[in-house]
Amino acid sequence: MTQPYDAIIIGGGHNGLVTAAYLGRAGKRVLVLERRHLVGGAAVTEEIFPGFKFSVFSYVVSLLRPDIIRELDLASHGLQILPLESTLTPLPNGDHFMAWGDHDRARQELQRHVPSDAEAYDEFGVLMHHMAMAVRPILDMIPPDPASLSPGDLKSLLKLGKHFNDLGPERFHTLHRLMTMSSADFLGEWFECEPLKATKSASGIIGTFLGPRSPGTAYVLLHHYMGDIDGAFRAWGFARGGTGAISEAIAGAARAAGVEIRTEAAVEKVMVERGKAVGVALEDGTEIRAHMVVSALDPKRTFLQLLDQSLLPDDLLDGLRRYRYRGSSGKVNLALSELPNFTCMPGPGAHMAGAISISPSIDYLERAYDDAKYGEFSRRPFMDCILPSVIDPGMAPPGKHVMSIFVQYAPYDLNGGWTDAKREAFGDAVIDTLAEYAPNLKSAILHRQVITPKDIESIAGLTEGNIFHGELALNQMFFLRPSARWAKYRTPVKRYYQCGSGTHPGGGIMGASGRLAAREILADWGVPS
Amino acid sequence: MTKRYDVVVLGGGIESLVAAGYFGKAGLDVLVVDSAETVGGTMVTTESVPGFRFDSCLDSAGFVSPEVVADLALAHHGLKYSPGEPLMVAPNPGGPALRLSADAEATATSLKQLSPADGEQWQAFTDRITGFARLLTDIYRNPTPRPGEGGAGDMISLLRLAARARLLGRVELMEFLRTFPMPVADLLDDWFEDDLLKGALGVVAVRHLALGPRSAGTAFGLLHQQVGAAAIPRGRPIISGGVGHLAWALEVSARERGVEFRTGTAVAQIGVTEGAATGIVLDSGEEISARAVMSGYDVQRTFFNLVDPEHLDPEFVAKAARIRYRGVAAKVNLALGELPDFTGLNATDLHGTIVLCPSLNDLERAYDHTKYGEVSKRPALEVVVPSVSDPSLAPEGAHVLSAWLHYAPFHLRNGSWDDSDRSALGDLALRTLQDAAPNIANTVVGREVLTPLDLQTRFGLSEGQVFQGEVTLDQILFMRPVPGWSHYRTPLAGLYMCGSATHPGGGITGQSGRLAAAQLLRDLKKQVMRT
Amino acid sequence: MTPLLLNTTPFHERTAALAQGHAWRRWAGHTVLGSYELNHDREYAAIRSGAGLIDVSPLYKYLVCGRDACRLLNRMVPRNVAKCQVGRVLYTPWCDSHGKVLDDGTISRLDETTYRLTSADPNIRWLTSNARGMDVAIEDVSRSLGAVALQGPRARDILVRLADAEVESLKYFRLTEGTIRGIPVTISRTGYTGDLGYEIWVAADQAVPLWDALVETGVDYGLLPAGILALDVARIEAGLLMIDVDYVSANRALIDSQLSSPYELNLGWTVNLKKGPFNGRDALAAEHRRGPAWGFVGIEVDWEGMTDLYAAVGLPPQLPATAWRTSVPLYVRGTQVGYATSGCWSPVLKKYIALAHVETLYAKPGTQVEMEVTVEHQRKRAPAKVARTPFFDPERKKG
Repeated sequence: MTQPYDAIIIGGGHNGLVTAAYLGRAGKRVLVLERRHLVGGAAVTEEIFPGFKFSVFSYVVSLLRPDIIRELDLASHGLQILPLESTLTPLPNGDHFMAWGDHDRARQELQRHVPSDAEAYDEFGVLMHHMAMAVRPILDMIPPDPASLSPGDLKSLLKLGKHFNDLGPERFHTLHRLMTMSSADFLGEWFECEPLKATKSASGIIGTFLGPRSPGTAYVLLHHYMGDIDGAFRAWGFARGGTGAISEAIAGAARAAGVEIRTEAAVEKVMVERGKAVGVALEDGTEIRAHMVVSALDPKRTFLQLLDQSLLPDDLLDGLRRYRYRGSSGKVNLALSELPNFTCMPGPGAHMAGAISISPSIDYLERAYDDAKYGEFSRRPFMDCILPSVIDPGMAPPGKHVMSIFVQYAPYDLNGGWTDAKREAFGDAVIDTLAEYAPNLKSAILHRQVITPKDIESIAGLTEGNIFHGELALNQMFFLRPSARWAKYRTPVKRYYQCGSGTHPGGGIMGASGRLAAREILADWGVPS
Repeated sequence: MTKRYDVVVLGGGIESLVAAGYFGKAGLDVLVVDSAETVGGTMVTTESVPGFRFDSCLDSAGFVSPEVVADLALAHHGLKYSPGEPLMVAPNPGGPALRLSADAEATATSLKQLSPADGEQWQAFTDRITGFARLLTDIYRNPTPRPGEGGAGDMISLLRLAARARLLGRVELMEFLRTFPMPVADLLDDWFEDDLLKGALGVVAVRHLALGPRSAGTAFGLLHQQVGAAAIPRGRPIISGGVGHLAWALEVSARERGVEFRTGTAVAQIGVTEGAATGIVLDSGEEISARAVMSGYDVQRTFFNLVDPEHLDPEFVAKAARIRYRGVAAKVNLALGELPDFTGLNATDLHGTIVLCPSLNDLERAYDHTKYGEVSKRPALEVVVPSVSDPSLAPEGAHVLSAWLHYAPFHLRNGSWDDSDRSALGDLALRTLQDAAPNIANTVVGREVLTPLDLQTRFGLSEGQVFQGEVTLDQILFMRPVPGWSHYRTPLAGLYMCGSATHPGGGITGQSGRLAAAQLLRDLKKQVMRT
Repeated sequence: MTPLLLNTTPFHERTAALAQGHAWRRWAGHTVLGSYELNHDREYAAIRSGAGLIDVSPLYKYLVCGRDACRLLNRMVPRNVAKCQVGRVLYTPWCDSHGKVLDDGTISRLDETTYRLTSADPNIRWLTSNARGMDVAIEDVSRSLGAVALQGPRARDILVRLADAEVESLKYFRLTEGTIRGIPVTISRTGYTGDLGYEIWVAADQAVPLWDALVETGVDYGLLPAGILALDVARIEAGLLMIDVDYVSANRALIDSQLSSPYELNLGWTVNLKKGPFNGRDALAAEHRRGPAWGFVGIEVDWEGMTDLYAAVGLPPQLPATAWRTSVPLYVRGTQVGYATSGCWSPVLKKYIALAHVETLYAKPGTQVEMEVTVEHQRKRAPAKVARTPFFDPERKKG
């Protein structure tokens, strides 16, 4: 191999693959290097126990950008998103709260709990629609630098200013409140139903080290509504074949565009000559040269591990030092001999095809957070459970099931550190709590896999196990993600770029970072978008 | 036919008095009506224990705007400040005390005893935070910009703000944007390692907020508390005769300009005809008509207690009802027979605010209880002993001590505050004090405990919130007091607001009254020109 | 069998037994019959010749009681509720702060300090927030109160024979208390058909015997249970608008152009700008001064024109079998000037009619317009004219 590559992408997570696919489609010779034996990063499906397949880490498709689905024609590469329409919240008193997809049923259920909430629900939906419309342009935008005086930045800032001004005062004020309030307070203005508030606000704490009563957690409420305005029917769901299937579909699109993907190829360093990235050195000593290098890893790895720190300016080093990861969630994957039987809604039924959320009240979530603040995993954690095998039978042997349990809070910095014993104790806390709602659970468990933030770090390579490559907090977003001045996918090293979730807009399986990075890279290359 | 005033000012709080002063200066016929016997609102000095005079509620005048002092010639009226020094101290069992001084260098030197690294950082931290505070101070001098409200004036003030912000310089501007939404705990962790220091500054940041130091946005709380200050923390300007003296000076200054006062007079209703305020009705049934009414009360009290609901638009009501008050602090005033002896503090230290909060974790744990409607088991206290600087406040050799206790939430899980809750709270405060100053319990000769409910009842502060609305990112600037009504007007023509509920309240003394008065004066002038 | 997941009305036991085609429809979270028979023709005919018995229980119903009940409602709606005496009913829309219609319904004054509000959408939250600071109690009686409409020329005869109440003399938009076979009921002379008719309000647990009583007696007067398909035709003939079909509630509108004011819905007569403050007054006063941008009108499609369009493809005119609820463009000289939101063939008038929003300039009765019709897969424009509503307004309605 003499001819150098046009671009090397470090990390075969979904964002890396998205960038690779776009570069490939622009006619570039692209090589993706993935440390593990399979692509996907945190979006992988693995047969952890014979016959049982799991979306090991990330488990739902939330805001995968419809542009990406369309432009990369992911459907033809096997992407199929199955609906995840209801959420069951079992309550300690044996009752339940059910968020149904059907409007009449949703209203009926709300009416049963708090009649005025049923009325508020529709109005809230309209409000969120407007807010999602207000925010969407930002998701698809290269963050301008508000401190810069360059014509490009000023133009982009003015455009943003005009966009906000055009919202009119009412919506602008609401947007301001949504960005600065706590989800508990924001929802409290609309709803009284505790499980409704708690279940909705739970989305605001995922991936952060905040509780639902902390300001800055409300805006994530938008996520559920973003899908509706994206024109991506059922944007909220899970992928047939698990989240690994999404990665496979993107990888398929990339390969079809000529991208070469190499697994079990861990990168040790980015090679820099005269201030320019010229390729990478693998852990096994191999050196691969390329016109440019793109890192899909998180900011710590992208800058501090792959580069010599002397190449980085002080403000960036300072920014990276203060950039917070603080992984706060874990995962428990179960192979089950039968479906869990929830006391509040016995037997099988439509609720098994939706999410099951252990979030009976805001106080419950706050207490879970209290444990974590002082370095313990939540004794009674928030859990978001799904049973993909109910809708996607290929995930488990006939009659058997897989259950995916997202758990928060499990702090990365556990008092005394994570050990095998602590991991099992954490798993036990999860199972014990869940078994209070579904008593047959314990006897139905054939196998269990417990994943701590430490495991997320060591397996998926996410610093401190933060699933979003760094907390999604206001001070780490948009033009501050990952650090002031370096939020436009470029780095202080020429021809070295970043495209992971640690760049704007970050988040779950969205792919927006990868797509925007590709746009900037191609612009630098002189390829019109 | 009784007299028709130009303006009736509701409440005799500081902002009301400032507004009245400006009206008097403009030659208007003005009446100030206050239900209390003495004006001053939350800044009153009262002899609650015979021989002992306390700053009953607020014990610091906060940042008194120099414009107001000059415009109303308050210095001529005997208002004298002396900066308290040290600014803040914290006893440290088994180690050197924390001493924060107006002189950053002195603070740095002192900090080095606690942590050499923190001592090294202090000057840079002070520079950064005071730089941000100067930006806020400038913003707080003017009516708030109103993004999205589209007027040409708003555009200009936004651009002016943007230009002013850019003066910070590129790095500092980005730092500013990054800092204000942060949890103050993260900000402090970025800079310092010493728990005592971080705990003390954490307390400053969460004053009167139902938030803990790990809650996002509390770094803004610290910046807000730094407005007008050149050192960290903002000192307590000591007014001789107690904070009540400020109100006294304002009253005298206003009376000289012909402003009339009726104290001990409660207002029953604001009169509204065809969507416009036309005066007030007193509890006695007496009607007083006016061209405009300026309310120094909070939104809850102004609109939900004093305006007939028939005149209120539901959209405004919805917005007004969303304002978060959530008082979380209680005031404890102790009459002491002798000087309290705080372990590890010297006599000079008692001139400063004494913080009892060993660490951010302690503060956060204190907050945790609030979330569930409980009083903190181990509260954080900010203690002052004003008689050290002003012996006139207590009999010879005796002292007055005041403490703000965090957190004591207005909304208790088990119902409302009662006498036994109050007494338990007093005991809790005393126990906490006694840990720090073992001689205290034996020297107490009288005590007054004000729960958040007491603050509501006695000072008319909804939910006992002394800032008339939490000062959080969603309730400041163009969102204060009610989104869309941040320029002191209200949906009822002729009804204006000027209290801490308005920009740039709370704790920023005089600016709200000054800016509100200016708005009303402009509007009255326009009216005259039209007729 | 799968349990029924939607709400059922208090009459469900009876209505379900009559469902010949299981033609269930959803209405406010309830399951109700589109038609009892396989098509609705006879049910409609009963409304116009004998009597139709229509289960209208899915309506939302609230009791508003207390010293400030009148003040609350008067603050909320543009009509003057203070003028509504005990025993009277008034129809009114209500608006948000910007004068845009949220919902419409009736207010019945049951006694000095008690009113009943009916609405198409839930309003408990809206009532409660408007009641802030007022001495009033609001009770949601939607599920505990059944309602059945008895509509048609013989409705009075049936009730006079059956009810122990002052029905004979009951005037239009008045109500009276009484009993039917010992069952306490409230009878109001109201309805959604534009015909002589009554609505009977009954405790949910007495609904079935009430139904039985009405059916048994009504048989002699041509009574038939009628579904909402028949009702839909009747209400279009009566020019009565329907939320979510003819207008979008301001609570659900996503863009400004989806909003309507009472003036734009031909409900300007309900707006009393002089009665004191009410929600949206300032905006409505301003709109009143400058004139509304839209009118809500009746449309009569020209039969000859329809005949010609269909003749061109070799067919006789094809008419919709049921009332339609889609948006259909209206044109004047090739430019769109509005849109029809519901329409039907009127069996009683023998006309193809529709309800439509048109720009004010074209809202005058008699204005010639064209309505889009799809003739054998091709879009055509049929000549039509703006007509006064109600299209059908028999003497007996008020007489």
